[in-house]
Amino acid sequence: MGNTTSIAINQVSKKFGHGKNLVLALDDVSVEIEENEFFTLLGPSGCGKTTLLRLIAGFEHPSSGHIQLHGEEISHLPPFKRPVNTVFQSYALFPHMTVAENIGFGLTMQDKPTGEIADTINKMLQLVQMEDLRDRRTDQISGGQQQRVALARALAPRPRVLLLDEPLSALDYKLRKGMQIELKRLQHETGITFIFVTHDQEEALTMSDRVAVMNNGRILQVGSPHQIYNHPAERFVADFIGDTNFLTAELLECGEGESLLKLPSGKTVRSGQPEAAVNGTVHIAIRPEQASLTDDLIDADLQGKISNVVYSGSDTQYHIDLPDSEEFVVRMQNRGTLNVNWQAGQKIGVNIESGAVQILRN
Amino acid sequence: MNKMRRTNTFSVRKLPGFPAIAILCFAMLYAPIVVLVGYSFNAGSSLALWEGFSWHWYYAAWQNDQVQTAALLSVVVAVQASLYSTILATMAALGTTRTRPYRGQTAIYTMINQPLMVPEIVTAVALLICFAVIKQATDYRGLIYLVLAHTAFCIPFAYLPIRARLEDMDKSLETAAADLYATPWRCFKKVTLPLMWPGILAGAMLAFVISLDDVVITEFVKAPGQDTLPTYMLGQIRRAVTPEMNAISTALLAVSIIMVSLMFILSRKKSRE
Amino acid sequence: MSSSTKEKGLSDYEIAARRHELKTNLLLCTPALIILFIAASGPLFVMLLYSFLTPGDYGGVEYYASTEGWFKVFLNQDIFDDTVSLADAHLSIFWRSIRLSLLTTVTAIVLGFPTAYFIATRPLGSRNFWLFLITIPFWTNLLIRTFAIMEVIRNQGVINNLLIWIGIIDQPIQMLYTDFAIMLGMTYVYLPLMILPLYASMEKLDFSLVEAGYDLYATRLRVLLKIILPLIKPGLVAGSILVFIPSLGAYVTPRILGGGKNMMLGNLIELQFGQGRNWPLGAALSITLLLIVAIALLFYVRNVQKSAARHE
Repeated sequence: MGNTTSIAINQVSKKFGHGKNLVLALDDVSVEIEENEFFTLLGPSGCGKTTLLRLIAGFEHPSSGHIQLHGEEISHLPPFKRPVNTVFQSYALFPHMTVAENIGFGLTMQDKPTGEIADTINKMLQLVQMEDLRDRRTDQISGGQQQRVALARALAPRPRVLLLDEPLSALDYKLRKGMQIELKRLQHETGITFIFVTHDQEEALTMSDRVAVMNNGRILQVGSPHQIYNHPAERFVADFIGDTNFLTAELLECGEGESLLKLPSGKTVRSGQPEAAVNGTVHIAIRPEQASLTDDLIDADLQGKISNVVYSGSDTQYHIDLPDSEEFVVRMQNRGTLNVNWQAGQKIGVNIESGAVQILRN
Repeated sequence: MNKMRRTNTFSVRKLPGFPAIAILCFAMLYAPIVVLVGYSFNAGSSLALWEGFSWHWYYAAWQNDQVQTAALLSVVVAVQASLYSTILATMAALGTTRTRPYRGQTAIYTMINQPLMVPEIVTAVALLICFAVIKQATDYRGLIYLVLAHTAFCIPFAYLPIRARLEDMDKSLETAAADLYATPWRCFKKVTLPLMWPGILAGAMLAFVISLDDVVITEFVKAPGQDTLPTYMLGQIRRAVTPEMNAISTALLAVSIIMVSLMFILSRKKSRE
Repeated sequence: MSSSTKEKGLSDYEIAARRHELKTNLLLCTPALIILFIAASGPLFVMLLYSFLTPGDYGGVEYYASTEGWFKVFLNQDIFDDTVSLADAHLSIFWRSIRLSLLTTVTAIVLGFPTAYFIATRPLGSRNFWLFLITIPFWTNLLIRTFAIMEVIRNQGVINNLLIWIGIIDQPIQMLYTDFAIMLGMTYVYLPLMILPLYASMEKLDFSLVEAGYDLYATRLRVLLKIILPLIKPGLVAGSILVFIPSLGAYVTPRILGGGKNMMLGNLIELQFGQGRNWPLGAALSITLLLIVAIALLFYVRNVQKSAARHE
């Protein structure tokens, strides 16, 4: 994988409206996206991810800051002068053109020779496996097929960067799963940088090389899916992605790459180095599946009482009331007969796996 | 048994007497037109006595020089007025829809729709006054006054379907075109214009029908000898009427109904896309 | 200017883009607005000016200021002893115009309400057909439709002939050239303007509310008055305005069906520009008509705003 920067966002802010209605859609955002990367902007609706995408595409201009493509300032170029193409959430296929005409539109607008356009259309139809439907009108094909045409149309001019604005949200579950794999394959085959916008954390984790988690117009954390999931830097990130237990703990020691924490139960646990300088009481996150139940109350990291047992097929979730009225959830896989049958109301101990404790910034 | 059951069913939507009045209403709307059309085929010259079927009065109207001149003028004015008003309305619709709201937008709407709100007779005499001044000053008495007046009052009619069409259109299509390297002008030519075309056609047809049918404003604006079909008919109605008038009316009705039906089909097409 | 935009925190490019958009919009609207100004709104101002001039001997005006035109709208000055009295002829025409327009509106409601209800309760498939039947007359020539009515109610027309043939009457009833004829004609030509907005609001009517009414022991009449009527009031008001305003300014219908005697405002205005040769009076009458229309429109707009506020 190349490590040249493809898109560099530098201190970009975007405001909408004014006076009382002023909305800060993007608040001083900076991020670098590498060439050949499958980069995902993840966040709840209204977090600014689509705005950032529209700024890169050129549909909006930043209120301040810079956007560079391969070192070249593009923030004030109109969209038709940027070698960047978009797959729209609604697909935005031209209803008065055929599938082939839609795919060839960008090349026609670039005044490419007719022969080259025809070749590219054929190649694209092949790439998305739509050769049979080339002369259909776009309202005569299914949603999944429209999705493929939208992809082919955006890829045909060979953009430096492909922007995808929640392209899978209109598809049903099975099609979406298929398209996730398909998109990954296309990105691999074309070698184009993909910037993908989604609010679906599972989608983000399965497809991306790197993920940026956004909220309230800010990027909270950028990292690989593994980093984001296992080492969330902030409470919002930990909460938004997967299920998490939040606890407070006292930071005893903070050494090179390792720190020692004292849990409310009085037990100490080890964890990685905190991202920011903190001392005293800190917030920590522990994933439910990185803890386990034990009948050994004395040596357990935490003690409590089971308040609820929720069975969900492959695993079981145990809700545990801790002494200071906090709730802690433990998820354990069901392994047939090996499973011990813990009941609600029972006193229980919780063991935390090594490396499961994550110190949060806030 | 069956009957019993029917009387026992209580229909929530039914209100007694309403269907009867409705049918009466439809009959009232169409009966006079049916009578009018019917007598246009009367062989005799009476509007009371039926003397058999004949195309005679259509032939007579066709042969009548005054009718020919008036019909030609009607078409000339309606074609020009609908063409100009549609172009102007298309531009205005592009400038008032799908944009960030701006100051003065309401004023523009009011101005465009003003011919719909002011009674025609008021506009007519106001134009009479204005054009009298201009005619006196320039001594030019051509068709331009009629065309100008018709263009103005056709603008709101052309504007309505075009605006409706534009507001229905998905704005992301133009965004997609711009994203795919289309300059604003090519985006307009390749995407916006083809998509709004049904609305433009509907607007043009509406404007054509409205111009073709106008009596009041034409009556006050026309110079002597500039009779359109409706003003010619208005002049004739006071005299002894023959089925020739019915024949002319039927022909005009046919044109309107064809145009309106086409328009209906065009606007149907819109909702399907 | 620059300080206020700075406050919004927009970049120069954003400001430029907005300015460009605004400029394009205004530029696109300008040609239509120019034509509308020349041939629709502008002349109204010229007419206002003319209402304050002196009438010329053979039509037109003399360019001397005078309020006589306005004076004569409602008042009369005796030629011999200068006594001022109300202009009975004008007043009766104003009264006829308003009376006939109101009557037309009421008749249109009586006929249009059940018709709109009938269409709105048809199955979806046939609804468009019935609607189309209403729309067709709406878009066809008003003159021709008036002419058709005239043929039907003439002394030798279909109705009289039919009644004589049946034997109900032996002399034709004089219907043409009466106030009744004008009202009938206006109801006929403007009826679609009542039905269409009524239908539009009935189509949106939620019939489960009607069911709830019946469920709560309301009779048919009470459901109609207490549930349906309040819910479709916006359509009723819109339809009434759409019928009332053109009726008030009607010119062709009273001219053909009213004959020379039964004038309405439109005909009185025309008279001043024809035989009357009193352009300033004609202009003043036109503006008076315009003011009445404006009041009716204002009433409508307020009504709409009120119901819009209620629904928020």
